[in-house]
Amino acid sequence: MKKILVLFIVCVFLTTGCRGLPKDALTLNPKSLEERQMQTRKYETTNEGNILMICSGLLQDMGFNLDETETNLGLITSSKMRSAENAGQIAGAILIAILGGGSTPVDKEQKMRASVITRPMGDYILVRVTFQRIVWNTNGQVTKSESLIDPAIYQEFFSKLSKAIFLEGHKI
Amino acid sequence: MKNKFKLILILFLFVSVVGCTSTQQHLLDSKSSQVQLRSIQTRSFDTTDKAKTLRTIMSTLQDLGFVLDKADVTLGTVSATKLKGYALRITVTVRPRGETQLLVRANAQYNIHPVTDPAPYQQFFTSLEKAMFLTAHQVD
Repeated sequence: MKKILVLFIVCVFLTTGCRGLPKDALTLNPKSLEERQMQTRKYETTNEGNILMICSGLLQDMGFNLDETETNLGLITSSKMRSAENAGQIAGAILIAILGGGSTPVDKEQKMRASVITRPMGDYILVRVTFQRIVWNTNGQVTKSESLIDPAIYQEFFSKLSKAIFLEGHKI
Repeated sequence: MKNKFKLILILFLFVSVVGCTSTQQHLLDSKSSQVQLRSIQTRSFDTTDKAKTLRTIMSTLQDLGFVLDKADVTLGTVSATKLKGYALRITVTVRPRGETQLLVRANAQYNIHPVTDPAPYQQFFTSLEKAMFLTAHQVD
């Protein structure tokens, strides 16, 4: 009886006291530099307004809606809602249902965010983009919240940015 | 049997006391000390270039894995969110202090909890110091 009681009290403390911020949440690590390089490109221009305009057009090309912009600091933030359905997961849920496991929630939709920052650096302007997403399942619960750090994403973004710069008529 | 009943009653009281935070306390974070919080969250830097400081803050936040939400140079504010299985939201403000300094203040929330521990703020200002090439001074 006593043991159970102690266990119960420990459990109460564990659940109420569980609010720890991970220790590395606000520290720089070797990966920070790697990610910065992956997310940044340098353009030979000093016209920051123009490059921001091109970036906002590019985000529109990719279906993002602009949330906030601050030209004086070189910032554009944008977001979009998309489906998060995934064939494998749905097949798994159907299989479980057939086996009599009842309905399993599957990923349904996701909010994808992109923010672009420009930074003058001498004769150049640095452009850095970062992406993140939140995924909700069919029960409305958040199943994933993460930064997107696949290098292929950034390669495609910057190759599209080069194309957008070209389409704007060699202004840069 | 009587003892058992007493124990359950005590446990019930304990849990209800622990869980007893009113809406007003949640809304105004009445439990935290205003002065102490300010000193944990604020540092001063020997510069007067507000826009450059804000740009440095923005790039430091990106280095730390945040995605910027919004920024305003007139008010001197920046907000950003980090998602990594958790949601860490931070707002950083910059305002002049005297003729030669800027005050930088950060406040953060981790999921549904305010961050009131000094250590994470210290880590943030250490990262910021490196990017600013300036020392962050404690403000009294």
